[in-house]
Amino acid sequence: MAQDQATGTSVPADIAALSFEEALAELQELVKRLERGDNKLEDAIKAYERGAALKRHCEAKLREAQLKVEKIVLSQDGSVGVEPTKLD
Amino acid sequence: MTEIRTQSMPVTHNLVELTVSELSAAIKRTLESGFDRVRVRGEISGFKRAGSGHLYMQLKDDAACIKAVCWRSAAARIGLAPEDGMEVVATGRITSYAERSEYQLVIDRLELAGLGALLKLLEDRKKKLAAEGLFDAARKRPIPLLPNVIGVVTSPSGAVIRDILHRLEDRFPRHVLLWPVLVQGEGAAQQVAHAIRGFNALPVGGRVPRPDVLIVARGGGSLEDLMAFNEEIVVRAAAASTIPLISAVGHETDTTLIDFASDRRAPTPTAAAEMAVPVRADLIAEVTLCGHRLARAAARQIGEHRLMIEGLARGLPDPVRLIQEKVQQLDHWIERRDNAQRSFFDRKRDALHALAGRLRTPRDQIAAMQNALSYAVSHLVTCVNAALERSGRRLDNGATHLRPKLLHDLIQRRADALASCGALLDSYSYEHVLKRGFALVRDQDDQPLTSAAALSSGMPVTLQFHDGRTRALVDGGSASPKRKTSKQEKQGTLL
Repeated sequence: MAQDQATGTSVPADIAALSFEEALAELQELVKRLERGDNKLEDAIKAYERGAALKRHCEAKLREAQLKVEKIVLSQDGSVGVEPTKLD
Repeated sequence: MTEIRTQSMPVTHNLVELTVSELSAAIKRTLESGFDRVRVRGEISGFKRAGSGHLYMQLKDDAACIKAVCWRSAAARIGLAPEDGMEVVATGRITSYAERSEYQLVIDRLELAGLGALLKLLEDRKKKLAAEGLFDAARKRPIPLLPNVIGVVTSPSGAVIRDILHRLEDRFPRHVLLWPVLVQGEGAAQQVAHAIRGFNALPVGGRVPRPDVLIVARGGGSLEDLMAFNEEIVVRAAAASTIPLISAVGHETDTTLIDFASDRRAPTPTAAAEMAVPVRADLIAEVTLCGHRLARAAARQIGEHRLMIEGLARGLPDPVRLIQEKVQQLDHWIERRDNAQRSFFDRKRDALHALAGRLRTPRDQIAAMQNALSYAVSHLVTCVNAALERSGRRLDNGATHLRPKLLHDLIQRRADALASCGALLDSYSYEHVLKRGFALVRDQDDQPLTSAAALSSGMPVTLQFHDGRTRALVDGGSASPKRKTSKQEKQGTLL
């Protein structure tokens, strides 16, 4: 597990495309299934590997935690742009 | 002419004579200066929106009515859609329309008269929009658990955006796009609606990131202050938003129509921020916990399998010993095979020898056959001689018993019987009858005729007597029976 965390940085493309919500839901489902322990060893190992990847994905999503505030500005032609803004 | 005029003047005293235009202008001045800013309360009737954008209506009460107009420029600013029967307070000035001797109120502000009227208007509007299905529960979209970008439609100044940002910072700092709008007064509703539509128009992956969730917020205020969020244009924009939308207008007790059309209604802007993002620390804890449970469950399962395998492995015998046993068995069988081979061939050889001993040469066999043959021949000769001798003896015996007299007697008896039979036969012959005097009549075919009916007149017949034959003709007469020679007489009668 610790090793996985240390070395496993890559996340399969299909998982990377998941929203945090989907990834977390799948991770929780995998944990439940593994804890029931009624699957084959091979499936259990696969489930574990996928679970670990989902966890990394979730953690990556949770790491992106920075407040960034931008303000919408409308140009004369009506197109929408943004500019950084500092409130307070 | 002058005299006539002068004569008529005293009747009218010294009033200045005015033209219609002069009078109209004077009235216009008086009206417009005296009523250049009035507030009037009345009920709208005869409301009409012209193609030019100007609004025409009348304001009336129980006893009077006044024409009113709202020019397009002002009409765009009034935060109200006038309609007949609406009780309003109009602010404006009086102008006159000299050509037709009319005056009218030019409205530049129009508001609902009193709280009751406003609430009724909102209730009616709410019913109308609800009937269109804009508030249906089926239209509500779920708010995503963790949005990447949050679009906020509110005033850039004031406490609301700061409250939202603070709460986001506390829970889960995110990328916030603020679409600054007026939240009350002229054009507020248009700006809010435009901002909602603008966020929805952002393409996925565009230069400006498309928000995953929208917050439309405003701080507390009077019912009139919040009116922009009751406007149809805002409600419709919120209902049409494909991005999940959280409304947070006013305080907890305030409800505006956008709250019915939004996907979730937050009682305050701060609460909207709480709905928009989860608490990051909670999620980190949850994910970590899931990770631990995952690892534990996997480890336990692998451990269980290992134990099972070890248990099974103990049940397996030592392979070396297994092989040794088999080698030993093999040796044993090889030995048995060798022994068996040996005894098998020995047995076969013995049998062969025994058979070979019993095998006799052809010469021996021929000699034996010859012996047997000569024995058989000699025996045959003996037997034949004996048989001949026995037959000869039996012949001699038979010859002694032969007696010729018996045979003679037998022939004599047969000859006697024959003679008596011939005599009997003679006695029965018709020739004897002929000898007794009878004749036999025959026809030309030499067939005997035995009936008179067979004869006809002139028929040639042959008469046979015992000593010869003679021809005769039948004469046709009938014969009288005579005892002695019935045949003669019959023939006589015939002749």
